[in-house]
Amino acid sequence: MNAVDIEDVEIRLLLEAIFRVYGYDFRQYAAASLRRRLTQWLQKSGLRSFSEAQARVLRDREVFSELLEGITVNVSEMFRDPHFFKALREEVVPHLKTFPFIKIWAAGCSAGEEVYSLAVLLCEEGLAGHYRIYATDINERILRQAEEGIYPLEKMQQFTQSYQRTGGKRDFADYYTARYDRAILARDLRNGIVFASHNLAVDAGLGEMQLVLCRNLLIYFTPALKERALSLFDGSLRSGGFLCLGTKETLSGRCIAGAYSEIAPGTRIYRKKYV
Amino acid sequence: MSRANDIRYRAIVAGVSMGGVEALRVMFGGLPGDFPLPLLVVHHTGVDPGSELASILDARSAIRVKEADDEEVIRPGTAYLAPANYHLLVEKSGALALSVDPPVNFARPSVDVLFESAATAFGSRLIGVILTGAGSDGSRGLKAVQDKGGVAIVQDPADAEADSMPRGALAVVTADHVLPLKNICGLLCSLAASGAGKTDERR
Repeated sequence: MNAVDIEDVEIRLLLEAIFRVYGYDFRQYAAASLRRRLTQWLQKSGLRSFSEAQARVLRDREVFSELLEGITVNVSEMFRDPHFFKALREEVVPHLKTFPFIKIWAAGCSAGEEVYSLAVLLCEEGLAGHYRIYATDINERILRQAEEGIYPLEKMQQFTQSYQRTGGKRDFADYYTARYDRAILARDLRNGIVFASHNLAVDAGLGEMQLVLCRNLLIYFTPALKERALSLFDGSLRSGGFLCLGTKETLSGRCIAGAYSEIAPGTRIYRKKYV
Repeated sequence: MSRANDIRYRAIVAGVSMGGVEALRVMFGGLPGDFPLPLLVVHHTGVDPGSELASILDARSAIRVKEADDEEVIRPGTAYLAPANYHLLVEKSGALALSVDPPVNFARPSVDVLFESAATAFGSRLIGVILTGAGSDGSRGLKAVQDKGGVAIVQDPADAEADSMPRGALAVVTADHVLPLKNICGLLCSLAASGAGKTDERR
């Protein structure tokens, strides 16, 4: 037995224990990234091993919250992959406009960057007041942060550039107010967004969506959990609805693949076929 | 404990930054098509989906060169390049994994992330190579490789187009091999052919 194997055992035990005590199931998260995040959390926590951490995590909810924070926060950016948002604007929005009201699920929304990017895009396309975005994440603390819609001002330059590359038509500065080193997003953008806690590993799907966005979250899951999440999305989407994944995520080889076609190769925007 | 003769290398990990395209051309170009190990590579610029780099290198090499995909199982005679804006990691099963975790050493993909995950996954059955590049990414990773008993190889800084990555690595690791780029493929071939890992497992 060497040190590596012991740590592997410790992590498995910790995840099992967390599931039993708190109901959060990380046993089906891809091991390499999860271990990296857990190790970073352990180093910051000052605890010496995962065995030692386990005793604290199980008895002290605050310690568990910190661990949860450490392993579930996904840092994103507004208009990440501008070509994706451009395709969304040009290829998907025209279909959405044919509905009187649009329901959208943004799964794994984290601090809300993508949700607000989507809101900007929908408002510019004249859909303000005609949509509801259900923005969900496993982490309730990050949801509260998302709700506030406040980001570091220094990021706005990059967000602005990305916005322009999506075919954005306005001055991006119209969408936020700078205060000290923070950028506060316009209140209007928050209209129509419902932030809610949801865990793809254990919860049920939502109903009758026209669009589901889940970008760069599935890469953190094992194949079995990917399948579960995708079947939730499939069950939540109407025929003719759209499922958007990250640039390096694909439906190929997945159970639901046959029911979808990619609107153009490499866009990772999949449309559910009419049956 | 494993006997030394039972140990076979599972993979080679390589990190490269400034000067990387030429370095990878030379390294891949010197390996035979039936090279018995997979190569996992972080080039700091990453490979954009559909970018030319993987196909250019592929056309000029006997080994296969491609952009790494999520869940893809690594195979011998193939080099996997980290995609742009994603970290590349590897699971114990030999399946590749991607992440969008924050940049490490200002880099995504980061050499440290790849090397540390590979060291966890493969232990002493791993060869780590740091090539030309600016910055210090890869130093921690190469140390992790060596700490787990793997082989640490560094391009001779005098031979590197940008020497800070090799120098940074040599500052924290007593490399098993320091040599010019043109000799690295020969060394990799003989290590791969010998099949046996190092007998001393360092801690």
